[in-house]
Amino acid sequence: MIEPIAKPRRKNPLKRTRLPTLPPRARSRASHGFTRAAAEGRFMLQRCGACGTFCYPARDACPTCLSADLVFADAPRRGMLLCETTLHVPADVHFRERAPWRVGLVAMECGPRLVAHLHADCEEGGPVVMSFQLDKSGQAVAFAHPERETPNMTDDRQWREMTADPKFRRVLVTNGRSIVGQETVAALKAAGASIVFVGVAEPWKPFHGEDTLRTLEGVEIVPLDIGDEKSVADLAADIGGKVDILVNTTEHVRAGGLLDRQGTSIVRDEIDQAYLGFVQLAQAFGPAMRMRGSDGVNSAAAWVNILSVYALANWPVFGAYSASQAACLSLSHSLRAELRPGGVKVVNVFTGPLDIEWFQTVPPPKVAPRAVAAAIVSALKRGLEDVFVGDVAEDIRQRLIANPKAVERELGA
Amino acid sequence: MDSNGLMQFAGAVASGAVRVVDLTFTLSPDFPVIVLPPEFGQAAPVRIQQISRYDASGPAWYWNNLTFGEHTGTHFDAPIHWFTGKDLPNNAVDTLPVRDMIAPACVIDCSAQAAKDADFLLTIPVIEAWEKGHGRIPERHWVLLRTDWSKKGWRDYANLKDDGAHTPGPDAAVMRWLVEERGVIGFGTETIGTDAGQAGHFDPPYPAHHFLHGGGRYGLQCLCNLDQLPPTGAVIFAAPLKIQNGSGSPLRVLALVPGQV
Repeated sequence: MIEPIAKPRRKNPLKRTRLPTLPPRARSRASHGFTRAAAEGRFMLQRCGACGTFCYPARDACPTCLSADLVFADAPRRGMLLCETTLHVPADVHFRERAPWRVGLVAMECGPRLVAHLHADCEEGGPVVMSFQLDKSGQAVAFAHPERETPNMTDDRQWREMTADPKFRRVLVTNGRSIVGQETVAALKAAGASIVFVGVAEPWKPFHGEDTLRTLEGVEIVPLDIGDEKSVADLAADIGGKVDILVNTTEHVRAGGLLDRQGTSIVRDEIDQAYLGFVQLAQAFGPAMRMRGSDGVNSAAAWVNILSVYALANWPVFGAYSASQAACLSLSHSLRAELRPGGVKVVNVFTGPLDIEWFQTVPPPKVAPRAVAAAIVSALKRGLEDVFVGDVAEDIRQRLIANPKAVERELGA
Repeated sequence: MDSNGLMQFAGAVASGAVRVVDLTFTLSPDFPVIVLPPEFGQAAPVRIQQISRYDASGPAWYWNNLTFGEHTGTHFDAPIHWFTGKDLPNNAVDTLPVRDMIAPACVIDCSAQAAKDADFLLTIPVIEAWEKGHGRIPERHWVLLRTDWSKKGWRDYANLKDDGAHTPGPDAAVMRWLVEERGVIGFGTETIGTDAGQAGHFDPPYPAHHFLHGGGRYGLQCLCNLDQLPPTGAVIFAAPLKIQNGSGSPLRVLALVPGQV
């Protein structure tokens, strides 16, 4: 049984902050099929198109019939823990400072055997449920969970290494003026965040929900205008060393593409808010987060972007907005690579049109702000990297896999 | 005036016999700007982006790139800003006569009324009462409306409610009268605009803009330190940036007042 983790004490200022170390990261190209599965929270194995055999680890030919027709497919998650071992003095620096560390061999009901990291409640000879997780170096690893929920199971030490659970972490939500921002604040508090800093730009402008936001316990409103270099730098100077999770809830949605807009001022606002704001936040908060990736129970853990799914495929009705989102998506991949040495995850939450004022004339289905907030918390708790919220986002994702050109034509129809 | 007179003036500034009062707010990113409904184009807020500060980007020098709308911070409105002044000659900040940039001011103190009523309106009777004490407003003078609004915190300063801003300003009749009957060179306020917060509902809407710019006159807004000016006798120096065909600009507004030496 897992002992619940205790709220971390204040740091001893005489002690050095431990620098992040990473687990081994080399992987074959084929095994990035697991990386994708882990990023999206799916359990996928290679399956032979000829004989149906599931196999593991990743390979180029079916171990049963030698067919090269191996495709990653969703696979049944159940298995049995054949045997386990505990490493007390691993040779690897990363695991050495996390020892003792349990690993085991799992026989999957669908066939293959996997070496997996073990949740503490997994028992030798007992049933387990498998997932692929992104470890601190962003690589997919197999993780065995107990079959049923156990007390305090999310507090498991090895599991917490795979996730960015908000419990006892300190979070910055960058924009508290939006409904999505306010729902995110509430969801993070409910998930056990010790404090949520919430940014408010132009505090002289009143906004809906302000009174409630001001009364929430463990929520601190901070001045933050992400378009203003000094405002971002000033806030980072104050709290940059204690932001464990940053959720960028910037929201600047305007309809329109190119030809029916006059001049560049609306486009510039979009770029200013979405892209340059992201740049300024990253430059101000990123370095400290990267440095604090192994800083105990409340180490820096994740950076969350909320992106329109039209970052992946332009929707000309919101054409310029889509382009600004695409710029942010590209930038997020740079940030992901740059934060990786710290073991800090970058989570992209893709949404279709939200049920907010700026998508008023767009017909349903639209995504409720609360659903976005729930998806953010779920992604942090499960350690995901790419999340698609709502039917539209999922639809676009699937259609893009099938035929990107068709998506372009259909969105532009 | 001969050069002796000018030298005397310079001496008076140096000695403090003429005091220089800065009527300008610091141009900063967090200063409130005019808010229009979001579907309209918006004034770009003030942004200051550092190019270098004695660092790798420039080892010995510090400098910034600036962006801002023409109507941000303490700023000047030229006649071309409003449709009523669009066809006037020399109606933009780069072409307006430079001698108009120096002119005396009458300061109407309505701070007591504005303290009681955020929607206080300057009317003809208010100015007539002021003229009983200080004499008729001479032609080509600025009229500056003192409300002490510049001393407020920025939320109260903008004072935005769900039915718009509530800040003091002139009514329609007084603006027409100041332009046509008093021949003012311009009108200045401490609030975000020369018009009252609710002036969109006046007839005509935004009467200060309508009549001032239609008559080729100027506006000054977001002024501060008006409480340091005498009712009459101050001279305003207000030179907007020479922006090509500019409708206005942030600027440094200085008042020269008789000092206590």
